[in-house]
Amino acid sequence: MAIKCGVFKTTYEDDMAIWQTKASKFWLWLFIISLFIFPFVFQNSKYLLYIANTVLIAVIATLGLNILTGFTGQISLGHGAFIGVGAYTSGYLMNTFHLPFLLCVLAGGFVTAFVGMIFGIPSLRLKGLYLAIATLAAQVILEFVFIRWRAVTGGNQGLLVEPAKILGYAFNSDFKFYFLALAFTILAVLIAKNIVRTKPGRAFMAIRDRYISAEIIGVPLFRYKLLSFGISSFFAGVAGSLWAHYIGIITPEHFNIMVSVQYLSMIIIGGLGSIYGSIMGATFMTLLPEVLRAISNLFANKFPMIVDLFGAIREGIFGLVIVLFLIFEPDGLAARWRTIKNYWKLWPFSY
Amino acid sequence: MEIIIQSLVSGIVVGSIYALVALGFVLIYKSTAVINFAQGELLLFGAFLCLTLVTVLKIPFWLAFFATLIAAALLGLLLERLFLRPMIGEPIISIIMLTIGLASVLKGIIHIIWGSETKVYPEVFPSEPVTIGKILVSQVYIYSVAFAVICLILFNLFFKFSTAGIAMRAVANDQQAAQSMGISIKRIFGVAWAIAAVVASIGGILIGNINGVNSSLSAFGLKVFPAVILGGLDSIPGAILGGLIIGVLEALSGIYLDPLFEGGTKEVVPFIVLVIVLMIKPYGLFGTEEIEKV
Repeated sequence: MAIKCGVFKTTYEDDMAIWQTKASKFWLWLFIISLFIFPFVFQNSKYLLYIANTVLIAVIATLGLNILTGFTGQISLGHGAFIGVGAYTSGYLMNTFHLPFLLCVLAGGFVTAFVGMIFGIPSLRLKGLYLAIATLAAQVILEFVFIRWRAVTGGNQGLLVEPAKILGYAFNSDFKFYFLALAFTILAVLIAKNIVRTKPGRAFMAIRDRYISAEIIGVPLFRYKLLSFGISSFFAGVAGSLWAHYIGIITPEHFNIMVSVQYLSMIIIGGLGSIYGSIMGATFMTLLPEVLRAISNLFANKFPMIVDLFGAIREGIFGLVIVLFLIFEPDGLAARWRTIKNYWKLWPFSY
Repeated sequence: MEIIIQSLVSGIVVGSIYALVALGFVLIYKSTAVINFAQGELLLFGAFLCLTLVTVLKIPFWLAFFATLIAAALLGLLLERLFLRPMIGEPIISIIMLTIGLASVLKGIIHIIWGSETKVYPEVFPSEPVTIGKILVSQVYIYSVAFAVICLILFNLFFKFSTAGIAMRAVANDQQAAQSMGISIKRIFGVAWAIAAVVASIGGILIGNINGVNSSLSAFGLKVFPAVILGGLDSIPGAILGGLIIGVLEALSGIYLDPLFEGGTKEVVPFIVLVIVLMIKPYGLFGTEEIEKV
């Protein structure tokens, strides 16, 4: 499969197509198929499957945050809490009313979208820094609710959640859950990709680039900002719901401010306003602590104190990665990937 | 009644420390338009460093105090030069994320150096409480408030009368005009970070003397947000008033709301106030309203 070396488009449909060339279509399908084969190869490694599942769930949530922050330009420091809203809603509905799993996920998504839109209301009047702090308030307030509203959330003891079940088939192992998560993730990527290349997506980007101009050319700011908050929170809710049914017990620590920061770092490192970037960022930031753990285990024999300090080292490196990316590659992994691809496109005749 | 006054007093003490930290925060925002999420870590750094100097190296407290301030100023300069300078002109979200990343790095380093247990200052201030009217106030509190007030007055004078202070206000007001008057913006940015680190360290040392030092102190950095938003992000008197109001509010919610919600309302009430303030007055009590044009 050769890669095309120029732009030969003759219609607008070609220009808008998701798959720009036959080659990219081929590679994408190959990638998806290999994703489906992956668990069969590593069937015995619970650890690898666990990481794969976390990555998949993180991708869904990251897509949501990227739609809000990367495409609409509204900073949110409350994404972690929104994921929590989805997780608790879905878990509570299944435990108390024994609703079917798919309904719980949807309900989790919609309830979170509603909560997200409520906290999105100030965004009409607030911009930039002020909005960031307003969403920080949302995070703190929601966290308080998670801890104190024991009747629903189980407080600090946590809430036990039954595994996902569709038509009587329980996804109760890492292996089985992988396929469920993969299906949801592919769906989420498709939806996100299509949102950003249709009318709402264009409106979001117009608001991000210059909101006053956007308003003048007829984009209703309030409606689209709220819509963006809604969509973003919906993704967060679905991710939270999947997480709840996967992990089995959810506690407020799963949704604290650090989680919100982590999601922000995923979209920054992946690339703001890029669907591929969301996927790469989520993967990178989820794998990073695991790689660090593996490295620290290697040295644990020689330097035993490394185990005690692991939390601190992880935190420091996490911060360092963010800082270095911001200074040296502010457009994220997606931009780097594009540069590499463009280089090879014309290789070896790169003139 | 006495309980209420007692907790009001402690609210004012905590509030005056909020005011100090908020001052550093507003300073950075005013002159560099950067919102600093690492303020709490700077506070933690100061508190730990001074503690180490006093307990490990056995340096007298006041000497250690000033040594810490100098170290904090250097740290501030270093952070600005290494991390903030390359970010000039980047979008707001990148800068916010940068300071968050910085906070994470600092927290990691502090944790590696000083560990996670709570450490206590040796008695610096006499422990005998003083009675004012009918209520008992411990001397640490009095010293803290006095100290915070002195700092706030000093900084106000600094901005009014010293050349550096006036230059900083000029940069905050209009960077281009300031530059054309021969003010080095880069140096002003550095000075702003140095001062912010110094003020945060003072706050850290004061609160460390009251409560002991552990890594959870860095939460102060987040608590400062309601204070500065309440006062207006770019107003120094606003920061002071906001800090005091939030401190008192916390104390009051500790008495009246904690029994209803089984504790912990102290953490949320400031943020609920923050949301309400933002809804009614998006630029705080004294903040300048931004008017944007196409």
